[in-house]
Amino acid sequence: MKLSELMPGQGGCIKVVGGEKALRHHLLDMGLTPGTQITVRKIAPLGDPMELTLRGYELTLRKDDAAMIELADKPDLYACASCSASCPYHSLEKAKK
Amino acid sequence: MKLKIALVGNQNCGKTTLFNLLTGSSQHVGNFPGVTVEGKSGTIRQEFIPHDGSDEKHIEAELFDLPGIYSIAPYTPEEIVTRDFLMNEHPDAILNILDATNIERNLYLTLQLEELQIPMVLALNMMDEVVAAGNSIDVMKLQQDMQIDAVPISAVKGDGVSELVNRIIDAAVYKKKPAKIDFCEVGPVHQAIHSMAHLIADHADSRGLPLRYCATCLIEGDDSMVERLGINANEKDILGHITTEMERDAGTDREAAIADMRYAYIAKVTKNSVHRVGDTIEQKRSVKIDNILTHKYFGIPIFLGIMSLIFYLTFGVIGKTLSDWFSMGIDFVTGLADKGLTAYGLNPAFHSLIIDGVFAGVGSVLSFMPTILVLFFFLALLEDTGYMARVAFVMDTALRKIGLSGKSFVPMLIGFGCSVPAIMATRTLSSRRDKKMTIFIIPFMSCSAKLPVYALFASAFFPDKAALVMIFLYLMGFTVAIIAALFLKNTVFTGKPVPFVLELPAYRMPGVRSMALSIKEKAGDFLRKAFTIIFAATIVIWFLRNFDIRLNLVTDTSHSILAVIGTAIAPIFGPLGFNDWRLSTALITGLTAKEAVVSTLAVLTGAGTGAALGAAVASMMSSASALAFLTFTLLYMPCVAAMAVTRREIGKRNAFGAMAFQTITAWIVAFIVYHIALLF
Repeated sequence: MKLSELMPGQGGCIKVVGGEKALRHHLLDMGLTPGTQITVRKIAPLGDPMELTLRGYELTLRKDDAAMIELADKPDLYACASCSASCPYHSLEKAKK
Repeated sequence: MKLKIALVGNQNCGKTTLFNLLTGSSQHVGNFPGVTVEGKSGTIRQEFIPHDGSDEKHIEAELFDLPGIYSIAPYTPEEIVTRDFLMNEHPDAILNILDATNIERNLYLTLQLEELQIPMVLALNMMDEVVAAGNSIDVMKLQQDMQIDAVPISAVKGDGVSELVNRIIDAAVYKKKPAKIDFCEVGPVHQAIHSMAHLIADHADSRGLPLRYCATCLIEGDDSMVERLGINANEKDILGHITTEMERDAGTDREAAIADMRYAYIAKVTKNSVHRVGDTIEQKRSVKIDNILTHKYFGIPIFLGIMSLIFYLTFGVIGKTLSDWFSMGIDFVTGLADKGLTAYGLNPAFHSLIIDGVFAGVGSVLSFMPTILVLFFFLALLEDTGYMARVAFVMDTALRKIGLSGKSFVPMLIGFGCSVPAIMATRTLSSRRDKKMTIFIIPFMSCSAKLPVYALFASAFFPDKAALVMIFLYLMGFTVAIIAALFLKNTVFTGKPVPFVLELPAYRMPGVRSMALSIKEKAGDFLRKAFTIIFAATIVIWFLRNFDIRLNLVTDTSHSILAVIGTAIAPIFGPLGFNDWRLSTALITGLTAKEAVVSTLAVLTGAGTGAALGAAVASMMSSASALAFLTFTLLYMPCVAAMAVTRREIGKRNAFGAMAFQTITAWIVAFIVYHIALLF
């Protein structure tokens, strides 16, 4: 699922960050790395951009750019292949093993 | 010896507050060494107590306020400025300020900075908020894991700041470089970085570049680093191998792998030292405030309400009253000088130069100052509380349609008050393309100085429909701005608009000291302009008005050089329906300040003020040409003060481009308006 498809209040675990080089780098630097938990807090009154919560702070992103961010489907934890050690689901799975 | 210290940190982490606190009134704007960008620097005033008992007490340190950034990857202009300053200028130390309430993301920049191998100290700002929320940060533990000095502070309250200064000077004097820079867990990324470092060690060494930093840059695919290190084709090949292998083993691409490596290390560090119970009071409060201020239905009306209130207070109540007092003061001083010079018996020509030229010209611009400062006070309040970021959030979609982002909205709105602060407010825009485009269209927003002109013409030609004419003009300015933006977007500024990635900081009460300094700085900026460019321009206009082409002093303005120029350019306005030298002359003097159109017409028609002037103007042209004249006045190039700031913000060439663009647009639109009006 794409980040841009979420409704306010919904969230997920980032799987792939796509997009054009500079933007992608910027997003990674801002902490939108694969494995990060991200929640949509709000959509702006005119329908775009979206307000997101991640790593304890608020960020706004246009839907077009958010469409470049792919989320892992929650039930299928193994889909999150490139998941990092900081991913809560991933570490949970690790602990189970 | 004067130490050079760089102040680096994320946006919204309290960097400016700390800078103001440390440097106070010693700060000045200048070109940063090593980078061709203007920035602020200032002297740290506190005395240093050396830990080894030596007596180097009187160390001076110059603190450089670098742009707020999230990373030093060279992608945005701010990142490039910071990186170039740090790498070319070799500061003695880096003061890295962090928002402790959001330490995880802030530490990302810290890890990058550590790779540069420059002595560094961390300032954990807003520690008071962390503690108040019942959260805690074990500073000792953090220092241990990061192998770097950290000082908890509160920049707003001033807590911990003297300790911070001591530590940073200590680090700079004793060259305490970050001891630990190996942030990677053993694994593919770790392997890649170390092989890379091995490969380029000689290159980095001979060029005096920090090895680990170069290695990560190369893995991330920063091509400028290949050149900088002088890497040959053969080595580049190996380099490619190292990264592909890493990408394969890590199962992700190079950029994500490095970012992930840093965040994974941060997670490890914060797990040991940061104890988080929940959100801070400020964060909880922000959610509640945002429920109202960025509400789905109320968000936009509330924003418009806030802006109206600010405009009303600035241009209707406080600013206007202050400006009136101020101009009374200026009039009083002018009167005194006038009497004094008369008593002294100064040559009448010089007398006129000083009183009619300098005092009247500079005085009329100076009388705006209180209004502008009041406006800036409110804007600083919006900015420092964190509301400005919400405005950008709320208005982005609308602005995006014309090729700009939400961040351009506030400068455009200020344009309805005065173009000067509006153009200065574009400094908050991060993209140069957006900034230029915004500055090009700001003068189309009808500024308050044009009101007297509208009032005169509206009452002379359309006494029953004066209000309607005013509304028509304001709407036309706004419409032309939108059309102009669309035109520019598809012609001159075809570049892609920058992606809109903006942090929404928690709402906070702004520091009084910081606000005061920001106002003071704006006042200084304005005064410098008033006494340089505007001063020169008023003298030129005075000269043109008082001398004929044989350089004899004239008593009747209709014989002056200005009249000659006015007559010469008058035919240009023929197609617009007003081929009268007095009107074209008024438009020229209108360049000093737009109200001057009215006073010039008063002088040239000899009609004085009020109804007599209205009647005199009414006899000069038809109502269709009056509409065309008003349209032209609304849209043509702004006054010298606005041109001066334009030049300063976007350079001489762009400023001339903007002036030409605005004046041509004005002519075309006035032409259209005139011919439509003729139909009725």
